[in-house]
Amino acid sequence: MSTNPPASGNGQPVVLKAKDFASDQDVRWCPGCGDYSILKQIQSVFAELGLNKDDVAVISGIGCSSRFPYYMETYGMHSIHGRAPAFASGLKLANPELDVWVISGDGDGFSIGGNHLMHLLRRNFDLNILIFNNQIYGLTKGQYSPTSEVNKRTKSTPMGSIDFPVNPSAFAMGSSATFVARSMDRDPKHLKQMLHRCHEHKGTSFLEIYQNCNIFNDGAFFAFTDKATKLDTCVFLEHNQPMVFGKESKKGIRIDGLRPEIVDLTAGKYTVDDLWIHDEHDIFKASMLTRFFDDPKETGALPRPFGVIYQEDRPTYESQLFMQIEEASESKSMDLDEMIAGTKTWHIQ
Amino acid sequence: MSAKILKEEVTIKFAGDSGDGMQLTGGLFTSNTALTGSDLATYPDFPAEIRAPAGTLPGVSGFQIQFGSTKIFTPGDTYDVLVAMNAAALKTNLNRLKPNGTIIINSDGFDKRNLRLAKYADGENPISEEALGDYQVFKMPITKLTRECLVDSGLGTKEQERCKNMFVLGFLYWRYNRDMVETIEFLTSKFSKKQEILDANVSVLKAGYHFGETTETFSGQFEVKPAPLEPGTYRGVMGNEALVMGLVTASQKSGLPLFYGSYPITPASDILHGLAAYKHFGVKTFQAEDEIAAVCSAIGAAYGGNLGVTGTSGPGLALKGEALGLAMILELPLIICNIQRGGPSTGLPTKTEQSDLLQAMYGRNGESPVPVLAACSPGDCFETAIEACRIALQHMTPVVLLSDGYIANSLEPWKFPKASDIPPIEVNFAKKSSDNDEVYLPYKRDEKLVRSWAIPGTPGLAHRIGGLEKEANTGSVSYDPANHEYMVKIREERIEKIAEFIPELQIVSGLEQGDLLILGWGSTYGTIHSVVDKMLSQGHMIAHAHLRHIKPFPRNLDRILRSYKHVLIPELNNGQLSSLIRDKYLIDVKQYNKIQGMPISKSELEHAVLEILET
Repeated sequence: MSTNPPASGNGQPVVLKAKDFASDQDVRWCPGCGDYSILKQIQSVFAELGLNKDDVAVISGIGCSSRFPYYMETYGMHSIHGRAPAFASGLKLANPELDVWVISGDGDGFSIGGNHLMHLLRRNFDLNILIFNNQIYGLTKGQYSPTSEVNKRTKSTPMGSIDFPVNPSAFAMGSSATFVARSMDRDPKHLKQMLHRCHEHKGTSFLEIYQNCNIFNDGAFFAFTDKATKLDTCVFLEHNQPMVFGKESKKGIRIDGLRPEIVDLTAGKYTVDDLWIHDEHDIFKASMLTRFFDDPKETGALPRPFGVIYQEDRPTYESQLFMQIEEASESKSMDLDEMIAGTKTWHIQ
Repeated sequence: MSAKILKEEVTIKFAGDSGDGMQLTGGLFTSNTALTGSDLATYPDFPAEIRAPAGTLPGVSGFQIQFGSTKIFTPGDTYDVLVAMNAAALKTNLNRLKPNGTIIINSDGFDKRNLRLAKYADGENPISEEALGDYQVFKMPITKLTRECLVDSGLGTKEQERCKNMFVLGFLYWRYNRDMVETIEFLTSKFSKKQEILDANVSVLKAGYHFGETTETFSGQFEVKPAPLEPGTYRGVMGNEALVMGLVTASQKSGLPLFYGSYPITPASDILHGLAAYKHFGVKTFQAEDEIAAVCSAIGAAYGGNLGVTGTSGPGLALKGEALGLAMILELPLIICNIQRGGPSTGLPTKTEQSDLLQAMYGRNGESPVPVLAACSPGDCFETAIEACRIALQHMTPVVLLSDGYIANSLEPWKFPKASDIPPIEVNFAKKSSDNDEVYLPYKRDEKLVRSWAIPGTPGLAHRIGGLEKEANTGSVSYDPANHEYMVKIREERIEKIAEFIPELQIVSGLEQGDLLILGWGSTYGTIHSVVDKMLSQGHMIAHAHLRHIKPFPRNLDRILRSYKHVLIPELNNGQLSSLIRDKYLIDVKQYNKIQGMPISKSELEHAVLEILET
């Protein structure tokens, strides 16, 4: 396969622009869907990264978000519901050089495909998985999803849902993911940063993206995405930086023993120096961060973390498999006749 | 020493508790038999539980071998010799011992406890003169003799008793006039790091042999001459083993790395184990989290340009159905090995059946044709695997390869081929021709109706594929009604077209036309072959044909079917191939069906054939 960018007529590598990553297909998401923004940021980031479109494969399952590959001018497969991680695993083992991006949604990823997601994360292939979480089933027209809040009234739950929701980042940490991050469709700058971080990480990068479904679940994340409330409901994580949030950075998170608490930085009791310093390599603190999952409407709710919650370097699945193959090849013969004959033969005259 | 009695064919059943080592004993006896030049066939009969409670009826494990100086096609209907290591083994196996057959009994396995566990009535003695008067019985306190032999070995009682199967093996070696050198060599390598265990096994083996010799007064020795096998070099091979080697060979012959995604399931797991040991051939094995991930990973690997293979048994094929449909509509090469077992549902995991044929043919949503192939014997798995890969790669389609528990675990002598005699499998990935600005059409077809295979990473050919209906040529999503009908038809046509690229069906034995054709597929091969050979020699106008290709059928099948007054299809199911043949050729085929988790016996089939011929 080619690893170099294609050369233009004058022998210079062609630097692709965001629009070069757009396929000729009409995008068919509903007008106003959060997916448009994500598509745009991904195309921009691919251009910023200088990717060669022939070396990228976008693999999806089923659902609104899973139409994604059709809109990307790269290699792509729109597979079956929930199973994209398994296709991507096989593809990555067939060609470890490929830049593989798995696109999934909250239903595809946590409901029908929850099993595969868990195993993808623990195996740690070097690929990226983006979960477009809109807390609703869009393509089937509005049933509650595994990430919907309790008591959600939908067509399939006229009296309110009684399923307790999945906590995606806690799920990822529980599956021993090596990279766990969160972003949102309505913060392009942050989303692009996170996409860069995903690409940079060698291992399975799990990025949950809050995405608005303006038809069936409009405003599910407005508390986090609206300028008026965002500063108080979100904490934007930065490695080695104190966890400050709130309007005019007046609030912070401090660890009191084993429990996080919100402190007021203007009251005089605490300063920035007393705050929790985010360390994205600390698995214990990262696990705590995934439990920042309060309903933002509740008083005293902990802010929702956005950014890289956790990152660790661990050998990838494919590198280890190829090492075993190499080791076996060094010590054993590749003679087909020897294999076929086995260890014991006899002759009939 | 007295003269040896010459035997043409002998069937022995080794039966004991699942902890008694009957599979190992049978296996060692088999490889020893092969070296004598006899032809042979074996069949293991495992309990479903790993270790059912010792001494109970469900805990009985068996191993059957037929060997002879004639061509042997089956492990035998009934046995000449039954080895019964305990009461339960005798009870479950006595019904198939020939009249006047021989029983070798470990009398230590018939104490009160064993009799109770085997559910014999209080006070009943199943090994009394009265009970077994019609048989030739060798009652030996094998456990006790083994312990006595190892009294100075330093081994504990349990370890000592574990060697008792060697006593039986030694005794049989004496009875069939065998050399023990090869077995001792095997034990030496198996226990190379456990000198005490090795010494114990060898001395008990010899003790069994000498026991036969010194008690010669009440028995004789037998001899079975070599069979008229084709000259050449042979090895013993089991079906799953041959399948593994076939896949590796196809990978080498096509130049594509082999990717095997699988989830452990009886009786297919040995394929995963086998391939995992061939990493030095570049084989990638992936033990997936479930059956679905297994097939999907193999499709992903095929998309990436590997030889993608998955393996399973019936319940797993059901789970793989949706993904198989995707591979079909994507038109990617994929091999799905289904080692059938008794169904439906969990069914009879350790027993054999041919009941997934219709599932392989039709077990998907929508119109979803895929080629279906079936192997007919352990050795045939090798060639059938290569053929399945060839069809998959050259016709860009998933292929279902059917084997079954019987073929998978049976062993036969195999005159194996030379690698250089196996033709290469030509594969061409799509490449962008230079100075060509044409848009790549991933679903444009060649004269075989096959699309090109452009793997991710190929410069200039980036394109999208998916499970939604696609427009002809471009592969873009299309909801156009006429296009959908066209695509459904062309997907069927391209699979039927494969018939032009596969061999015509040959008559295995018998007449080109006559009263009766026995048409088989899969593991019924041996039984049909034996019965047809015998009945031909009696002057019946019959023939045997055996299908390797079931979808599409060989192009001359119609003509063959119409060359006989009757067509009989014996199957280990309720008539699945019969349905397919009736559907396609409107021929009133007769069925013979056995659904008992075990092969059809020769006498059963012979009876069914005579019934037809006499009407």
